[in-house]
Amino acid sequence: MSLSATKFVHPITAPPSTRSSDKPLFSTFFGSNHTKLRFNKPIVAAQRRSSSAASTSSPVVAVSDVVKEKKLKSASNLLITKEEGLVLYEDMILGRFFEDMCAQMYYRGKMFGFVHLYNGQEAVSTGFIKFLKKEDYVVSTYRDHVHALSKGVPAREVMSELFGKATGCCRGQGGSMHMFSKQHNLLGGFAFIGEGIPVATGAAFSSKYRREVLKEPGADEVTLAFFGDGTCNNGQFYECLNMAALWKLPIVFVVENNLWAIGMSHLRATSDPQIWKKGPAFGMPGIHVDGMDVLKVREVAKEAIERARRGEGPTLVECETYRFRGHSLADPDELRDPAEKAHYAGRDPITALKKYLFDNKLASEQELKAIDKKIEELLDEAVEFADESPLPPRSQLLENVFADPKGFGIGPDGKYRCEDPKFTQGTAHV
Amino acid sequence: MLRAIRHKNILPAFSAFRAFSSSAKEMTVREALNSALDEEMSADPKVFLMGEEVGEYQGAYKITKGLLDKYGPERVLDTPITEAGFTGIGVGAAYYGLRPVVEFMTFNFSMQAIDHIINSAAKSNYMSAGQISVPIVFRGPNGAAAGVGAQHSQCYAAWYASCPGLKVLSPYSSEDARGLLKAAIRDPDPVVFLENELLYGESFPVSAEVLDSSFCLPIGKAKIEREGKDVTITAFSKMVGYALKAAEILAKEGISAEVINLRSIRPLDRSTINASVRKTNRLVTVEEGFPQHGVGAEICTSVIEESFGYLDAPVERIAGADVPMPYAANLERMAVPQVEDIVRAAKRACYRSVPLAATA
Repeated sequence: MSLSATKFVHPITAPPSTRSSDKPLFSTFFGSNHTKLRFNKPIVAAQRRSSSAASTSSPVVAVSDVVKEKKLKSASNLLITKEEGLVLYEDMILGRFFEDMCAQMYYRGKMFGFVHLYNGQEAVSTGFIKFLKKEDYVVSTYRDHVHALSKGVPAREVMSELFGKATGCCRGQGGSMHMFSKQHNLLGGFAFIGEGIPVATGAAFSSKYRREVLKEPGADEVTLAFFGDGTCNNGQFYECLNMAALWKLPIVFVVENNLWAIGMSHLRATSDPQIWKKGPAFGMPGIHVDGMDVLKVREVAKEAIERARRGEGPTLVECETYRFRGHSLADPDELRDPAEKAHYAGRDPITALKKYLFDNKLASEQELKAIDKKIEELLDEAVEFADESPLPPRSQLLENVFADPKGFGIGPDGKYRCEDPKFTQGTAHV
Repeated sequence: MLRAIRHKNILPAFSAFRAFSSSAKEMTVREALNSALDEEMSADPKVFLMGEEVGEYQGAYKITKGLLDKYGPERVLDTPITEAGFTGIGVGAAYYGLRPVVEFMTFNFSMQAIDHIINSAAKSNYMSAGQISVPIVFRGPNGAAAGVGAQHSQCYAAWYASCPGLKVLSPYSSEDARGLLKAAIRDPDPVVFLENELLYGESFPVSAEVLDSSFCLPIGKAKIEREGKDVTITAFSKMVGYALKAAEILAKEGISAEVINLRSIRPLDRSTINASVRKTNRLVTVEEGFPQHGVGAEICTSVIEESFGYLDAPVERIAGADVPMPYAANLERMAVPQVEDIVRAAKRACYRSVPLAATA
């Protein structure tokens, strides 16, 4: 079966009304093996010309072609060492097995509420987050379990959080959609799409501020903002692209374009579905990469993150990826074409990495199986830990509303007023 | 192609119901809302629906099931995820006489659009001195569901009801849902219609009058769900169910509670509430939202202002806990009023001695 791109355009013919667009760009968008991008070339080249004409300082370029050419040149050299390969494999397997375990636990009634699983998109999380330092920041959406795991939050803490136990990373108060970890610099976990982007932009702003205003040496933290294709129609996204480029903030906007926002196809919701093009419109590079291939994602991530760290400003990276399961565990997932699902299942990032490791003799079957087993044991232990952990006590209900323990603010001596022995809650001042 | 065929086999919920009209007349809130939308859309071609997943997905909570097939994509619009944008578009359309029904997947998401709800919709009739009325309905689930965390569980009744220019309705039963939604769609003013996700699947008996397509309920009138003489319990949305259960428990202990289903938060039916308190002399208000500046605060003040001499006990206010909704199941249960809380407050109002608070 030839993987012609038109097969994967939304199979339901768009309703015959004002909403469907007849732009030819639609059909050439999908099928991200590079031959398809090559057909895009005239349009991309035109884009490049106009955008570089418009820019004043460094040429702003949509680099899909650049990345493609680099790939061909380095085909003979290996992209990763054995250690790196095993780290990537382990991280993706951890993500995949964890999400499968979540589904099991949900159907057994141990998890509840909304659970949004990440199966199929592991290459994006692993490809990007494994390049970060511990001090770098990650902001995510409700589909955040795997981002938390890649960033280093222990699986047992994430699992107990999902079970709603006091030992969870947010003491059971946040839940599946609100994973926070100060220690690992994971800033959530936001339920509203688009909500995390300004927060991420602010985190990037803070690292630039610390470097330039507070003159902290070595304050070069990079922020990654993960969000999906549906978010790219939201106003907050554009507002932040503008400000990040204007102030040259150290942030990478990572679009996990899995083509679907619950049941809304990206094509039905977006006037121009090529999200990477929106970067140059705001003065930053826009890159389109195959998000089912962790090595390609890694290359792009390296460039974007280093660019941000050097202080050259933001990048918009669109990763073409797919979620194998429905939007959440409550989603019947009836609208997606089975042929589309089968196509992307065939491009499973874990299978692809395995093949690469075997073909280039970087790892053996036994080594990978050993990793699989290790992760399974880790997860069994995490579930046991979560099961045995206590529920939050009644006294915890009213905690953590404010950082200030009694809400009376800070006194002239710089300490909390409630700690001052002479402070009373008595009468008002005259 | 395959999908189009599949859809034609699904009848809109309402017409399926009609076929069995001779048997027991029970209707879920979901069917009630679906049938109300269906009938209003067929009666008036200016009514259209807008929202995320209302069309092809049949509605995020299946409230708009079958409507895309029946009315087509020009009247049932699947929007991109941009609440501020599409709410503004709805308000602008309403300025020129169209009657949009804007769905928010939950009212939490309406915060992204609240500028348009308040500033562009609620205040327009006043600012234009009556030249521009905004016949728009904003509907969607409100309040806590089960285990969905802090950002998905807030109750917005108090926020919207404090704003002049908006009508705020909150149905409980299927009869309420049908009648109030029809009234809202026919209304010339902006209406915020607060449903409840956990009530969608609940079934209620409905009379033949309710099933009639011209049926609608008045706005600003509460309903006395259960008559009583010892204590008045006011509630809206899901809490009405809890209040009725509490009334059953209280009846066994010799306390006859009168349960008022507010139905309309703005305009608030102060006369019904006050008349009831003048009869029973005690008041307990129940709501799911945050306690400070809540609906209960307004009701208590109204009663104190107008019926102070009739009160035999301090007014009791039950609301959700003064914290963002926690995720853990046991904490969530503690953060939302339960039937026992209502029973205890009613007993306190009747001067029975009760333990101060429930154990975990």
